[in-house]
Amino acid sequence: MFKEKSAAAATSGAEMEVVDGAITEAAKEAMIQKERKANSAWRKFIRNKSAVIGLIIVIVMLAIGIFAPFIAPFDPNATSITETYLEPGVNGHIFGTDDLGRDLFSRIVYGARMSIVVAIGSTVLGGVIGIILGLVAGFMGGIVDSIIMRVMDGLFAFPFILLSLLLVTILGSGVFNVILAIGIGNVPRFARVVRSKVIVAKNEEFCNVERVLGASNLRLMVLHILPSTVSEVVVYATLCVGGSIIAEAGLSFLGLGILIPTPSWGNILRGGQTCLAIAPHIATISGLFIFVAVIGFNLLGDGIRDVLDPKMKK
Amino acid sequence: MAKIILRRLLQLIPTLFVVVAFTFIATRLIPGDPVAAMVGDQYDVSKVEEMRASLGLDDPIIVQFWNYLVSICQGDFGTSYYFNQPAIDMIAQRLPNTLLISVIALIIAVIFGVVFGVVSARKQNSIVDYVLTVLSLFGVSAPVFWVGIMLVLLFSVTLGWLPSYGMGSIEKDGLIGFISHLVLPCFCLAIIPMGTFTRITRSSMIETLGSDSVRAMRARGVSEASITWKHALKNALPPIITVIAIQFAGCFAGAVLTENVFAWPGMGTMITSAIDNRDYSLIQATVLVVAIAFVVINLITDLLYMVINPKVAAEAKKGANNV
Amino acid sequence: MANEVNGQEANAGSAANPESEVLLDVKNLKTYFHLASGIARAVDGVSFTLSRGETLGVVGESGSGKSMMAKSLIRLFEANARIEEGSIKFQGRDVLSFGKKELRDYRGRDIGMIFQDPMTSLDPVFKVGQQMTENLRIHRNMSKAEAREVAIAALRSVNIPNPEARFNSYPFELSGGMCQRVIIAMALCCNAKVILADEPTTALDVTVQAQVLHLLKELQRTNDIGLMIITHNLGVVWDVCDRAMVMYAGKVVEAADVKSLYAKPMHPYTWGLLDSMPSLSSERKADLSTIPGTPPDLRLTGKACNFANRCPYAQDICSKEVPELVEVEPGHLVACHRQTLDTHLERAKGGK
Repeated sequence: MFKEKSAAAATSGAEMEVVDGAITEAAKEAMIQKERKANSAWRKFIRNKSAVIGLIIVIVMLAIGIFAPFIAPFDPNATSITETYLEPGVNGHIFGTDDLGRDLFSRIVYGARMSIVVAIGSTVLGGVIGIILGLVAGFMGGIVDSIIMRVMDGLFAFPFILLSLLLVTILGSGVFNVILAIGIGNVPRFARVVRSKVIVAKNEEFCNVERVLGASNLRLMVLHILPSTVSEVVVYATLCVGGSIIAEAGLSFLGLGILIPTPSWGNILRGGQTCLAIAPHIATISGLFIFVAVIGFNLLGDGIRDVLDPKMKK
Repeated sequence: MAKIILRRLLQLIPTLFVVVAFTFIATRLIPGDPVAAMVGDQYDVSKVEEMRASLGLDDPIIVQFWNYLVSICQGDFGTSYYFNQPAIDMIAQRLPNTLLISVIALIIAVIFGVVFGVVSARKQNSIVDYVLTVLSLFGVSAPVFWVGIMLVLLFSVTLGWLPSYGMGSIEKDGLIGFISHLVLPCFCLAIIPMGTFTRITRSSMIETLGSDSVRAMRARGVSEASITWKHALKNALPPIITVIAIQFAGCFAGAVLTENVFAWPGMGTMITSAIDNRDYSLIQATVLVVAIAFVVINLITDLLYMVINPKVAAEAKKGANNV
Repeated sequence: MANEVNGQEANAGSAANPESEVLLDVKNLKTYFHLASGIARAVDGVSFTLSRGETLGVVGESGSGKSMMAKSLIRLFEANARIEEGSIKFQGRDVLSFGKKELRDYRGRDIGMIFQDPMTSLDPVFKVGQQMTENLRIHRNMSKAEAREVAIAALRSVNIPNPEARFNSYPFELSGGMCQRVIIAMALCCNAKVILADEPTTALDVTVQAQVLHLLKELQRTNDIGLMIITHNLGVVWDVCDRAMVMYAGKVVEAADVKSLYAKPMHPYTWGLLDSMPSLSSERKADLSTIPGTPPDLRLTGKACNFANRCPYAQDICSKEVPELVEVEPGHLVACHRQTLDTHLERAKGGK
């Protein structure tokens, strides 16, 4: 009896909308639409204020790095004996000058380029190797998995900075070696993140179907399992760039990463520390840039995570 | 319990093996002849050959690795070429200093971080929560060495309240002098973990405060203070404990940079000067000791976990019995 | 148009026995959720009383507001919910005016609440005994030793074997049924006068359900407390309740003592509920009918009969006006436009 009536109610749906106060289908539909719109990923991201701030910071930092030659008013390596330790704003030097009279603003702009190249480079390097190892370990399982993951555990046992320090000592300074040193330090985490996702994805039904259909292992890995790891990898990579900026700055600060005269935020800060009493602005400003850039990547990473999966914390 | 510990100890073996292998390979890859670096510029060839033989550097790499493994198991971590002292003795001299600032920093970070996190979670979405969240973000994003320099700039250069470098000795500088040397490095080192603890505690507390068991406790009339600080906090502890281990490791590693800012005579300054001196066996030994310490800290955390969460212990026991 | 019926008539059940003490007196209770997309009327004008020694069943589908109503009684709900109107009196005291301290004393000491999932109602990292003694120390000011004895006695009274050992168990070491017994014991040992049981057996094994239910009933008799059982299962109501309220979309649609509710159900929704019960409509076991459609969105209710769009007997008036809860027969209240003192609706036979 109830069934008949419901059919009748459906046909008289248009009539029901007219009835004031009753629950109309249109009102329901409008509400669902509103909710769906509010929950789309982009809207969620835009509403997340801190994520937007992060995105803006990241874009600004990238722009500074990319357009360094156009932004920098002076040659970052041009020295001037008469203009050493100038305070910010004097003689057209926005951030002042350093111990050799070089324009600090120009050095920081070029330093941004260096820091970002190293940070992104080492994240990509660590990411690619880590993803491949994680995929292989998760997919193959068994002895291969054990070997790869024990090696990762071993690498993971080294404190990040110490590992980079050791590697840079072995490899020597220079941009590529620093990228390599930090990149290797980034590998284990990527491998772990990807492996755990792969193990979950591997056991899902659609993979079995594919296998029955005769898909090769490589095809399975690349086309079906890899995409399932994307959201976590993107989140982790964003946060990893922030960490790598600090790592580069730390190495350069110790005099091991990017060596002067090539400017990087870390070695500018190192120079600033030695003349802290005479020219505190050098250390303050260069460090501030590191700080803000890291905040930017961290906010962006947190924001993406919140949008993609609010439950994916830690 | 003994069974579980034993099982975890056995699991450590492959990890430690990789750690040792990695440090061994890494130091063998260093360009240039370590012996040449050791003897200095004015060496004669026959002496170098003699030394190579005595150090076993002419043996096949596998044999060298085996010898290295054996000597580590005997507690011999090599000799510092530069200081001509057993590396382990030098580490033993410096390690307590690093531990001192790391542990103090960690204690500061845990206390403040957990309190901030709990307050933040209780006052979710209030102005207090907002301020603490921003501060904790600053904390986790701050480069320690820069924070250190800024602290020196403010408290030493500008205000002149605290010494900017070195370590005080109780005999010479008195207790006040000793402590005043500790303040800046410890505080600097505490900032990152403090931010992390605030964040972890906040999210973990928000989760437990929203749980059914907390709702049921409220329905039973348990006071909010007891729910927050006794029940919810204990439930929220496992992720915090895990992070304590990671952060202790982080403090230890952060000490490498912090010690260099404050010229603190610990492992961090030792390793950077070893790098400057190309004192490879000292670098190797330091890295190895720190890595082993890390592995051990992780083990301790896992065991602590079981004490905190009786369910994990019960499951581990079950697992151990099934093996 | 809100539910204007107040006072005696609106009480979805006055005490079966007028001499027994009224413990809970709820009038026109409204609890709304304030959502970004509008106001959801979770509880929309509910009135009833609960007396000492009485068992009241509250029946309805999920989302009918029955759980929210129970949570409102101890003022424990989500941050975005609020009691908008109405009054709750416990032994004459105004619950809505309670301060923090009074509220804490009221919860647990006066009213004990039993939730659906016993496994998550206890703190997983404290032993059963620690949690029981904490409550006893709060509500009865006992010393540790005293509390321990009372707690063990309470565990024994709910038929937990070897209570001394269970006292030192962690909740995860107990089965669901055991946990629910522990929670019942907790409420009892604080001398709660009313127990609100929100789907107390739903999460339990079928074999344990009846045991727990009868335990509750037995304890209610021996301790002379007021028991409210919230359930979607009419069988449970039939088994243990004296009176029953049927709730739909935040409102009480029918209330009566259990016998007359089963003998002569009046609201079309109640008919639907009874039809969808496999055990009671025994002659049509194979053909189990369900109520088509879903309960309305609570953000859109309150302007008509909420059941109109699912009701086979609906007429024009049903989608225009809110039906009032009227005492059609002594002690039997119904909210239906077609079932009043003047008009009378016959239940369609066969239903097909």
